[in-house]
Amino acid sequence: MELQLQHKPAAHCENGTISNLLRYYGVEVSEPMAFGLSSGLFFVHFPFVKAGGMPMTAFRTFPGLLFKRITKLFGIKSEMRRFLSKDRAMKKLDEVLLGQKTPVGCVVGIYYLPYYPIEYRVHFNGHNICIVGKDEETGVYSVLDPVTIEKVTLSTKDLKKVRFTKGTYPLMGQMYWIKQMPEVIPDLKPLILKAIKKNCKHMAFQPKFIPFAGTNGIIYLSKKIRTWEKTMGRKKALLNLAQIIRMLEETGTGGAGFRYVYGAFLQEAAEKTGLDFMNNYSAEMTQIGDKWREFSYQSSKMLKKRKDEGLTFDDLGDMLEKLGETERDFFRRLYVDIDRCSE
Amino acid sequence: MKVEDVPQDLKFTEGTPVRHPIYAVDSEGKYQMVNCVGWEAKNEAIQWQLDAVQEECDEVLERIKKGESTLLEYYAVKNLMTVELLAHYADIPKRKVRKHMSDPEAFANLDEKTLSAYAEALRMTVEELKTFPEK
Repeated sequence: MELQLQHKPAAHCENGTISNLLRYYGVEVSEPMAFGLSSGLFFVHFPFVKAGGMPMTAFRTFPGLLFKRITKLFGIKSEMRRFLSKDRAMKKLDEVLLGQKTPVGCVVGIYYLPYYPIEYRVHFNGHNICIVGKDEETGVYSVLDPVTIEKVTLSTKDLKKVRFTKGTYPLMGQMYWIKQMPEVIPDLKPLILKAIKKNCKHMAFQPKFIPFAGTNGIIYLSKKIRTWEKTMGRKKALLNLAQIIRMLEETGTGGAGFRYVYGAFLQEAAEKTGLDFMNNYSAEMTQIGDKWREFSYQSSKMLKKRKDEGLTFDDLGDMLEKLGETERDFFRRLYVDIDRCSE
Repeated sequence: MKVEDVPQDLKFTEGTPVRHPIYAVDSEGKYQMVNCVGWEAKNEAIQWQLDAVQEECDEVLERIKKGESTLLEYYAVKNLMTVELLAHYADIPKRKVRKHMSDPEAFANLDEKTLSAYAEALRMTVEELKTFPEK
């Protein structure tokens, strides 16, 4: 049995999955739109939460939150479940998928995903896939993975494994699906304005005593990065830097990629709401994304060079601090402008 | 970033369906999605991390020669597994995993069932787990 759902690649796994799920019900929400509506842009640097022995840096909200936000905005009835028993988790999946003929979103860890290149397989528990079918004789599931170019398959054994990975943020077979769509899809304009305002608040208006989140977090990281070489030695510092580059560029396209997605969202929002000034913000966002890319490029250069050549950690700190200030300024201005026209 | 500037540095994704879709602006300033196969900067970061892991593996090999470590530790380090994770995936107590990692005798006397549990957690066969890595 396989549900009729066409595969579409996406830059961010969770949005891609949300957009896939909604498409099944005939609601065309593009990936940037899903990202913007669920206020997905975020930054967080936790020095005390370790992922693979290194401080965690993330450019996204927690897995699962985006789906909750977007269903709330649209008034969609949905369900999200976690399980203690592996067998129950698989049974429930079959029940929803085969019994109710509903595509299911699953949060999985990428370490055991068989179609990933072996070098990419790290212990990262926050990848989202959409399960659309099961071959009942062989037990092979068909899966829409947003980062692949085509439909892929997973055996029951593999799926069970990836749904219950351990480590930082252990997964408990987390799955989500749509139960009932609202009769009328609400007008997008107020939702867009609301979502942008929420995102601005998350990024630029975090209280000062929480230095880890939003643009505060970027500036916090810029301060931390300067001390790395002294506190943990060059080798460890470079390892940490490599981890940040990976987070920036890999897991769900990370930092710069998300800035571009948000830029694309602002552009689409300008079209949908008729507020032309958002196009300017979109162009500005593109530039911010370019700067993030420049940051990862320069950092990767540093890995190869010897100590006294090229950039230092202080230079990287400067770059990050500037980025943090630019973003803070950007979101504050955007908030004021949106606030003015939403009254 | 412009559409034509999207890097296509193929390295790790060769032969797999995995791509990195990214949004970029075309000549009219409109955003479009482009499939990217990889980027130099990121490939370098991954390579750097893999090299660091390899260095650690070499240290373990040295210790194996001295009789202070076992192949299980070598393959665990190589596959980015910590004791906690390996204990969980293989369903073997942490205390035992540590013992099997450090005591060559304990590792040599392991039965087939335990070995296959380890092998499966590390995505390899039992034979591979027992073979000394080629240099």
